[in-house]
Amino acid sequence: MEKMPRWADVALIPLINLALAFFFAGLVVLAIGENPFDMVRFMVKGALGSSNGIGYTLYYATNFIFTGLAFSVAMHARLFNIGGEGQAALGGLGTAVVLLAVPWPHWTVALPFAVLGAALFGAAWAAIPAWLQARRGSHIVITTIMFNFIGAALMIYLLNGILKKPGQQAAETRHFGDAVHLPTFHEMLAPLGIEFSKSAPANVSFILAILAAVCVWLLIWRTRIGYEIRAFGNSESATAYAGISAVRVTIIAMLISGGLAGMMAINVVMGESERLILNFTEGAGFMGIAVSLMGRNHPVGIVLAGLLFGMLNQGGFELLWEMPGISREMVFVIQALIIIFTGALVNMTRDPIERLFIRRNKGA
Amino acid sequence: MTLMQKFLGAAATLAISATAALAEPAIIFDLGGKFDKSFNQAAFEGATRWAEETGGSFREIELQSEAQREQALRRFAEAGNNPIVMAGFAFASALDEVARDFPDTKFVIIDMVVDQPNVRSVVFNEHEGSYIVGVAAAKASKTGTVGFIGGMDIPLIRKFACGYVQGVKATNPDATVIQNMTGTTPAAWNDPVKGAELTKAQIAKGADVIYAAAGGTGVGVLQAAADAGVYSIGVDSNQNYLHPGSVLTSMLKRVDVAVYNAFKDGPDLETGFNVMGLANGGLDYALDEHNAGIFTDDIKAAVEDAKAKIISGEIQVHDYMSDNSCPVE
Repeated sequence: MEKMPRWADVALIPLINLALAFFFAGLVVLAIGENPFDMVRFMVKGALGSSNGIGYTLYYATNFIFTGLAFSVAMHARLFNIGGEGQAALGGLGTAVVLLAVPWPHWTVALPFAVLGAALFGAAWAAIPAWLQARRGSHIVITTIMFNFIGAALMIYLLNGILKKPGQQAAETRHFGDAVHLPTFHEMLAPLGIEFSKSAPANVSFILAILAAVCVWLLIWRTRIGYEIRAFGNSESATAYAGISAVRVTIIAMLISGGLAGMMAINVVMGESERLILNFTEGAGFMGIAVSLMGRNHPVGIVLAGLLFGMLNQGGFELLWEMPGISREMVFVIQALIIIFTGALVNMTRDPIERLFIRRNKGA
Repeated sequence: MTLMQKFLGAAATLAISATAALAEPAIIFDLGGKFDKSFNQAAFEGATRWAEETGGSFREIELQSEAQREQALRRFAEAGNNPIVMAGFAFASALDEVARDFPDTKFVIIDMVVDQPNVRSVVFNEHEGSYIVGVAAAKASKTGTVGFIGGMDIPLIRKFACGYVQGVKATNPDATVIQNMTGTTPAAWNDPVKGAELTKAQIAKGADVIYAAAGGTGVGVLQAAADAGVYSIGVDSNQNYLHPGSVLTSMLKRVDVAVYNAFKDGPDLETGFNVMGLANGGLDYALDEHNAGIFTDDIKAAVEDAKAKIISGEIQVHDYMSDNSCPVE
């Protein structure tokens, strides 16, 4: 056997990476004279220790699952979509347009249309880089990055202009109205007799994110287009030989990717703020890349990685609250270390551990 | 409230957070960060001055993301902190909700109006302060071209720009004002490198006095202006000391006074509107030993004249945010 067991690949390596991440983060904390065990304790307790903490963790996780899935779909076609940030921002615009244009009677009626609006706008923002890549060979990394900036500029123009609620400071739209309020976990669990924090922002979008993960799995491994996407990603020339259109696969993969990124807006714009706020994405589009890398581009892995990154976000806030000696910048450093070790350096530990397994198997 | 209720309330508060003393005031800094040498720092200084003078202590937190606004407000309110001050207009929506849930807690929001019975809304007439530094800029400029560098492109910063341009044009109708905004996201409040690049570009176009209304980004503006040997104008805090002989003056927005007053008034503070302007010392220009050599008597006379006329109502400075437009470019 020339490979390590699957359980080691999917479970052991992420855990080793996580342990390494906390080890180095602990060293940093130690260097500034704080207790590293307190750090870990406060982060974990803050993220999972109360229903309020869990509510925030799930809220952040929802964003990361959407953007992680978005990145993974494009990645299966070997398209590095770094434009999740801009696509998500435009998804927010789509959500806001749908919710502001029609006086919706109830959220159940509004949600499908809002999802459609978010996905369409997100997909549209991915469509131009996709077309440029497919038809003109302009590199997708460059064009999607640039579209992030164009998207940000467009959003500020609209939110300081026609979309802005008159007579106020912040660049944001008016409130969408109470009718389209998405049920939070508190409201969903109360009829079941489960007490959940009232102020936590986690809402029904989390279920939507899980559904999206299932759909992505079906799409990639159980449909014809999914097969084409994977085949194209593995060998462009082979797919050309098999009569699969590179243009078609590129554009479809990017449209799905952009649509998923856009759907992140359902959680933030419709679910949490209930109005469109400038810069609501806050880097979740970029975080999706790390989430997808850590999750090995597989929906199950992405959901788990999304939850971990959600914990990291919420735990970071609690750290700030509980340990005044750790400044906001230090929390960023700790979070960044964890992201580097769990996302970017995922292959660093993989090779040595694989060798270890192979040697042991040969010895046996 | 009976004594028993008070006692129970206090016990509950202590149970929630054993570390927070009862009715300790709290302050929440915006995404720009506490040490932006500008808006947030002014707020921090006001809080620190209160702590030094009274021997009291306060809780503080710096935000990392939008979703944390409401989270931080609730945490402080639940922990019994009172009053809770927030530095920045972006808290408005979150505060509007949280204020309803904690009717016995007093909140103070700076730069924004939130219409709730337990909220004090502190707003500044920045257009007036920007007008008088505009007068100073026009007087000090030799090229007849002056610059403005804003932080994030939002109506508030356009209000600064508009007041400034009005002051410049009123003093020298032929003057040119070059305007740039640093960015379109909150990161624009804390991007000194880009601030410096914009400054160099404006200097290349002939600007020799540059007004930075850009939070932490302004540090880069002042640095680049000092390197090139031209004048700059600081904002919010007194930034004259950063580059003596180069910072012409600073438009003082006494956020520190607003925070200090809120902490001093304590849990019984008066809520409602609180307009700070030139007349009540909420805004001013900075004159100290660092700019005494460059802030000539001629400039000072013109600025004092404009200030007096604004206070008396003889000069009406147009407020960009009243109609989202500026009469001069």
